[in-house]
Amino acid sequence: MGWEAAPEADREYMTTAVDIRHAVKRYGDVTALHGVSLEIADNAFFTLLGPSGCGKTTLLRLIAGFEDLTEGEIRLFGKDIARLAPNHRPVNTVFQQYALFPHMSVIDNVAFGLKMKGVPPAERRDRAGRMLEMVHLSAFADRLPAQLSGGQQQRVALARALAPAPRVLLLDEPLSALDLKLRQAMRVELKSLQEQTGITFIFVTHDQEEALTMSDRIAVMSAGRVQQVGAAQDIYEAPINRFVADFIGETNLLPVTVGQIAAGRAMAALADGHQISCTAPEGIRPGAHHVSIRPERLHLAPAEGADLAATVERVIYKGNDLQLVARSASGEELNVRLPNSARTDIPAPGARVGLTIEEGAARLLVD
Amino acid sequence: MAGPVAGKGSAAGADYRGIVGPLLLPTWVVIGIFLVIPVGLMATYSFLTKEFRGGVIWDFTLAAYDQFFLNRGLFGDEPPSIEWTYLGIFWRSIWQAGVATLICLIVGFPTAWFIATRPERTRPIWLFLITIPYWVNLLIRTVSLKFLIRENGPLNEALMGIGLIDTPLPLVNTNLAVQLGLFYSYLPFMVLPIYAAVERYNFALTEAAHDLYASRWVTLREIVIPAVKPGIVAGCILVFVPSLGAFLAPDLLGGAKTFMIGSLIDEQFKGSQGNWPFGAAAAMILMTLVMLVLILYARAAARSEAR
Repeated sequence: MGWEAAPEADREYMTTAVDIRHAVKRYGDVTALHGVSLEIADNAFFTLLGPSGCGKTTLLRLIAGFEDLTEGEIRLFGKDIARLAPNHRPVNTVFQQYALFPHMSVIDNVAFGLKMKGVPPAERRDRAGRMLEMVHLSAFADRLPAQLSGGQQQRVALARALAPAPRVLLLDEPLSALDLKLRQAMRVELKSLQEQTGITFIFVTHDQEEALTMSDRIAVMSAGRVQQVGAAQDIYEAPINRFVADFIGETNLLPVTVGQIAAGRAMAALADGHQISCTAPEGIRPGAHHVSIRPERLHLAPAEGADLAATVERVIYKGNDLQLVARSASGEELNVRLPNSARTDIPAPGARVGLTIEEGAARLLVD
Repeated sequence: MAGPVAGKGSAAGADYRGIVGPLLLPTWVVIGIFLVIPVGLMATYSFLTKEFRGGVIWDFTLAAYDQFFLNRGLFGDEPPSIEWTYLGIFWRSIWQAGVATLICLIVGFPTAWFIATRPERTRPIWLFLITIPYWVNLLIRTVSLKFLIRENGPLNEALMGIGLIDTPLPLVNTNLAVQLGLFYSYLPFMVLPIYAAVERYNFALTEAAHDLYASRWVTLREIVIPAVKPGIVAGCILVFVPSLGAFLAPDLLGGAKTFMIGSLIDEQFKGSQGNWPFGAAAAMILMTLVMLVLILYARAAARSEAR
């Protein structure tokens, strides 16, 4: 095997599983990654989140070894693996379309990695059997993949990738082919598998809800760059730029003119003249900016003394909540989330309403 | 597969029941004219008595099969023993066709793989290039191959020119020449089905195998070849079967020592020396042999699938 963990003394990053330093990937004239640097902690559920074409899958494939790095370094537990072939890296992948071997039974699929590592037949059958037990598929060991449902195939793919006990498990949008109910169940299952096994999971998705519910840390990517890295709450509550605020969850992005800034707070003037108090990130300067306000942080209020004034255009019923679409005097669309409760007084379309912003909920963004 | 198809059939059956028979008529006509009648005629002729100047006398006998399998001496009065002459020709034909199939596979598989992995836009061009030589008549191509490999032909002169050999290789009239001729005749029949299989191959499986610590060679053996096996089997059958009955390549490129069944059958229907019942019997035996091999293969395939 070409891979061995670096000796104890050389392990600069004892707790860093994957250390990506200035990774650049070009395909001819097209640059897929513009110098990405990331540290992924051991024993964590780490998510690469972004829209399609943002480079998240390219980054995953670079870690797996299916693509060659143009520039930069990828270190696995301190050792540079950028030049190792995929079959010499102690990482395994769960593929988007599962890529189960169609001519092999479920148990043979799961045992394949062990067989390749030279584990004796009796032991590998035993270990593969335990993996199937873990994903609740023991009864299907002798079936062919084509005889399983999508959700079952997904779990076989998971068992197959976990069977050789990799240091890092890579998951390439593994839930995207499943229907909603199954996807929600699998989120819980994946998260608990990660906690049980203690293996570092690197999970690629474009689904922000998936990312928020499962991850210890999330890297939001766009246009071949990492935009922000943080825990789910940081990313949602304190997005650092317009892309992150817009991509993660729903938000109201309003153009403002910023006056004074002091101690992380700023007063900003909306287009209709209302002044609001905002949280300001470091390095922002007075001038024209955008402010982000989450729909659930806006509340209906009497028109006098409210932070914003608007006219209701539509009320959309969404089951567990209601979405109020309103327009401010200067023409900005405002989305407000109202709980679906008997206590909510729902205004009719055309009504003029006042809106208050929760303390600290308005955040200035860099572009 | 049987489940959903049967379900659909019963739903549609109500509407089409009355016209399914007439719609299938063309199929039955084609099968009748091109399969049942010719094979029936051949089977019938194999049991008739030979007429001296070719043709047959309508007198039923097993003489043709007797002649094929049994040796009763020069005057037909000795106790019968097994006749090895024709069985030997059969065995040689199987060997020649087998080697030709193997050469086709060794050359055809990488070719098909190459074409199937080109960008989708350029694949038709490569396929087109593969088929161009086959616009020329097989006889002409076989003769030109003989020209290429003869003692003072371009191949030998080139090899001597670069000093690889001192004396010309005697290639014509050898088994190798016949195998090369068969290979050249039927290569596209190997390339096309393998191409179709490789084109459908999911390359994520290769990545998955590498990801699970398989080397390139192991991936080829354990993942790729099983996945494209239907194409390989189809290609082998399509090359082996016509090679077995071929007579142009053995006649033109081989000599007396490379006589094959195709030539044997061919001779029986030529001029006044022929023996139609014997030719028909040899053809029937050949066909039975091929069918047996295919049935055995289908059985084995079904068994391994059921496992």
